[in-house]
Amino acid sequence: MASLPSPIVESPVETTGNDSRFRLILRRFLRRRLAIAGLSVVLLLFAFAYIGPHFYKWRYDQIDFEAFLQHPSATHWFGTTQNGFDMLALTMRGMQKSLIIGLIGAVLSTGIAAVAGATAGYFAGWADRAIVALIDLILVLPGFLIIAILSPAFHGRTWLIFVVLLAAFQWMITARVIRSMTLSMKEREFVYAARFMGVPDWKIIFRHILPNMSSFLIIDATINVSSLILAEVGLSFFGFGVQPPDISLGTLIGDHWESAQTANGYQFYFPAILLVVLVLSVNLVGDGLRDALDPNAGTAAGKGAGSK
Amino acid sequence: MTQSRPLLEVKSLSVTFPSEAGPVEAVRGLSYHVMPGEVMGIAGESGSGKSVSSLAVMGLLPRRARIAGSVRFEGEELLGRGDKDLSAIRGGKIAMIFQDPLSALTPVYTVGDQIAEAVQVHQTVSKQAAMDRAVELLNLAGIPNPRERARAFPHEFSGGMRQRAMIAMAIANNPKLIIADEPTTALDVTIQAQILDLLLKAKEATGAAIVMITHDLGVMAGFADRLTIMYAGKPLEAGAVDDLYYRPRMPYTIGLLGSIPRIDAAPGTPLTPIEGSPPSLTNLPPGCPFTPRCPMRVDLCRKVEPDLVRMNGSGEEHFAACHRSAEIEQKNLTGLDIFPAPADRTRDFSRVSDVPVLRITGLKKHYPMVRGAILHRRIGTIQAVDGIDLEIREGETLGLVGESGCGKTTTIMEILSLARPSSGAIEVLDRKTAGMTAQDRFQIRREISVVFQDPMASIDPRMPISDILAEPMLTHGVPADERARRIGELLKMVGLRPEHTSRYPQEFSGGQRQRICIARALALKPKLLVLDEPVSALDVSIRAGVLNLLEELKAELGLSYLFVAHDLSVVRHISDRVAVMYLGRIVETGEVNCVFNHPAHPYTQALLSAAPLPDPRKERARRRIILKGDLPSPANPPSGCRFRTRCQKFADELNDQQRQKCIDVDPVLCEHGNAGSDHRAACHYAEGGKLN
Ligand code: SF4
Ligand code: SF4
Repeated sequence: MASLPSPIVESPVETTGNDSRFRLILRRFLRRRLAIAGLSVVLLLFAFAYIGPHFYKWRYDQIDFEAFLQHPSATHWFGTTQNGFDMLALTMRGMQKSLIIGLIGAVLSTGIAAVAGATAGYFAGWADRAIVALIDLILVLPGFLIIAILSPAFHGRTWLIFVVLLAAFQWMITARVIRSMTLSMKEREFVYAARFMGVPDWKIIFRHILPNMSSFLIIDATINVSSLILAEVGLSFFGFGVQPPDISLGTLIGDHWESAQTANGYQFYFPAILLVVLVLSVNLVGDGLRDALDPNAGTAAGKGAGSK
Repeated sequence: MTQSRPLLEVKSLSVTFPSEAGPVEAVRGLSYHVMPGEVMGIAGESGSGKSVSSLAVMGLLPRRARIAGSVRFEGEELLGRGDKDLSAIRGGKIAMIFQDPLSALTPVYTVGDQIAEAVQVHQTVSKQAAMDRAVELLNLAGIPNPRERARAFPHEFSGGMRQRAMIAMAIANNPKLIIADEPTTALDVTIQAQILDLLLKAKEATGAAIVMITHDLGVMAGFADRLTIMYAGKPLEAGAVDDLYYRPRMPYTIGLLGSIPRIDAAPGTPLTPIEGSPPSLTNLPPGCPFTPRCPMRVDLCRKVEPDLVRMNGSGEEHFAACHRSAEIEQKNLTGLDIFPAPADRTRDFSRVSDVPVLRITGLKKHYPMVRGAILHRRIGTIQAVDGIDLEIREGETLGLVGESGCGKTTTIMEILSLARPSSGAIEVLDRKTAGMTAQDRFQIRREISVVFQDPMASIDPRMPISDILAEPMLTHGVPADERARRIGELLKMVGLRPEHTSRYPQEFSGGQRQRICIARALALKPKLLVLDEPVSALDVSIRAGVLNLLEELKAELGLSYLFVAHDLSVVRHISDRVAVMYLGRIVETGEVNCVFNHPAHPYTQALLSAAPLPDPRKERARRRIILKGDLPSPANPPSGCRFRTRCQKFADELNDQQRQKCIDVDPVLCEHGNAGSDHRAACHYAEGGKLN
């Protein structure tokens, strides 16, 4: 009989480690051309808003006394306003604010949703009932109106209050989803294992439950960016949102919408078109992320073979 | 042998799926034939291609699968036929039974309608006649009150009942061939016995041949006439069951048989584990697929894939695919010759001390049954656990056995949550949980840890191994350098490489993950490990390794185990004492040999007789007690003895007067057999009948 080989020490079989998981997601994402296009446009718009001003000779608060209400030209690419401000500089400045509001608001809203939803789902009992009641309450409140009514209160103060308010009316649906995901996840054995080890509850939530929903949270935050930008624009348009001297795409559109029908329509169209392009691209990125992170929900081809 | 033509003839069947990682070769060159009226078994672990091959036969594979070879049914080629053609055969001449009947039954139609529809598709009969036939079939399938039950929806049926309904549907058109794909895997032992019994009856009633697909060599032994063992998409050995079980001629089959704990073997009989895990089906290397795990491999194995060749010594239809099977045959090698025998682990009972690590007295757990989302109305009480006593001493393994719904999960959840029980007491290391402060409870968690059934679900997939193993120590304030040292130590202890700490759980196979779970459970050097079905989610060939590891660890570290399982043979293999649970009560308990050799309670007797044995001759000769019906609802347990609705003794042996006692008086656990032994049973008419 041949000599026996020494016992084989078990070694990992599959090679889907975490970095290759990342690569897999990247590959899935890169496969979606629209998502790539969206991502490129979003990045370009960021560069436009934040880097653009450094390479442009007009500043947003600089008045050109020789050019009031001028159409786009070589000196003022997007033309000027009746007060002699440069439209391109204003648009870049406004885009900055809209982007940052969208981003902070989205992260904030998803964050609130995550904490509230996970708390409700994990602890059940009265905490759950209280949070669910709060969600139901805020859902029936007209958010737009309330922010509008409150807007005098943050007049002249930082626009951050406005962002917080926007987020406060945005998180509820997500929180509900997270709550039900938590309900099922807390029955998972690795959560039991942690509990029986003596890991404190809040650590379980932040170490085991929320990280396992990260795909969902990332997708949700991305989609929130576009809806928050739209909400900001809507409110600012009516003068309830971003307040002067701050400028956002919303205030720009609000200040110039009347010119849309006139020969000076450029004042309206530049910010408006950029807004549409921005929201559309963010949504494309969101869709692409969903397909990449959560292929079962999307259209990506089925995984592997069902060999059993 | 009769000279008739084979009913089904599969020749060099191969199935390939495209995937992101390259083509998955799920089946590679499978050939078999089925004669009319015989039972042909296909056995293999998950990923062996056994299910895929039968789906290919039925034409049920997704379109992206590439299928080659030939499948002839009654001489006619099935492969490449249109779906329409095949539908005429499917459900007519060939019927299929799946593992999960719920997915095979449409939830929105009643069971009766679905069977009637199956009848009407293949026979021209009136609606009423079809319905009558459906009721008749349900009756044949052993469903009580068939006329009434025919109007029920699938979700109103229990798992066993659904499988009965599936069988009723399968035999509706007198098929020539029934393909049963893991028909009993999701079911409890006693229900499994019912279903296997029913399948044999159905076979007799229709004269159909059966292709039986299962991973369970115990079930196969008593059921199949001939058997093909598959591994990594290939048949490795084929032949009559007796040849395969008594004269296996290739290392995988030999290893598989040696790695199954047997219910008729004394505790501690060594199992020969097969190292490693099955290969991935993409980019299979050339040569024998078993090479990396085979203790007999030679250079040739790596280069040339062996073909199935006829064995001369045994039956005329015995084939094996191994370069060295002639040698195995000649020298009549067995598992103990081929596989490195695990260290001798004769039981050392002297290690069992009298100090109890866990004591449970009169534990009850009742859940309110509520209805209504807003106004919670209490409509009853589920008596999940109803007064049980357990004791585990230091160094002892207590096996807790029972079928699903018996309350064993509730029991361990109660123990592990260390909460104040609603009734009764739980004492861990002599300290009652009821009086504990949060701080005490936290401290005591060091002493008791848990390993769950599903290793895929019980570790956080987002953490690298080092974090997973560090978590308990981090929680209990073990300093960082000590943690790092211990992690390496733990990995070595469970047979994994210490270098693997930065890897993620997805990179490990099921067996390896279970080892990680065990390592995590040992991190804080606990006294008691609660093992909740720790091997039942693992493949057969992997189980033995994990069981051996558990035994080694126990001997080395002086651990105590609470081993919860539904598989009696595993429990027998590993336990010192055993407690059998039924409907929230312990019905029999005692030293494992006493209970298994002389079961006193009728339920234990039935359980033991239903547990399949990987031994065809014994299996055929056995008298099997088939319990009637399903587990009653724990919300409304029967009066008197809880087992009486299914008790074979109550039904067959007792007279009316004796029966009345079972109905009126709740039996208590009382000593049985030799005085002084702790063998106790809760039955008025307990006896020491010897089984098998
Ligand atoms: S062919 Fe070689 S590797 Fe394969 S089972 Fe036989 S001896 Fe083992
Ligand atoms: S007490 Fe009666 S019904 Fe219960 S197990 Fe014994 S014989 Fe059966």
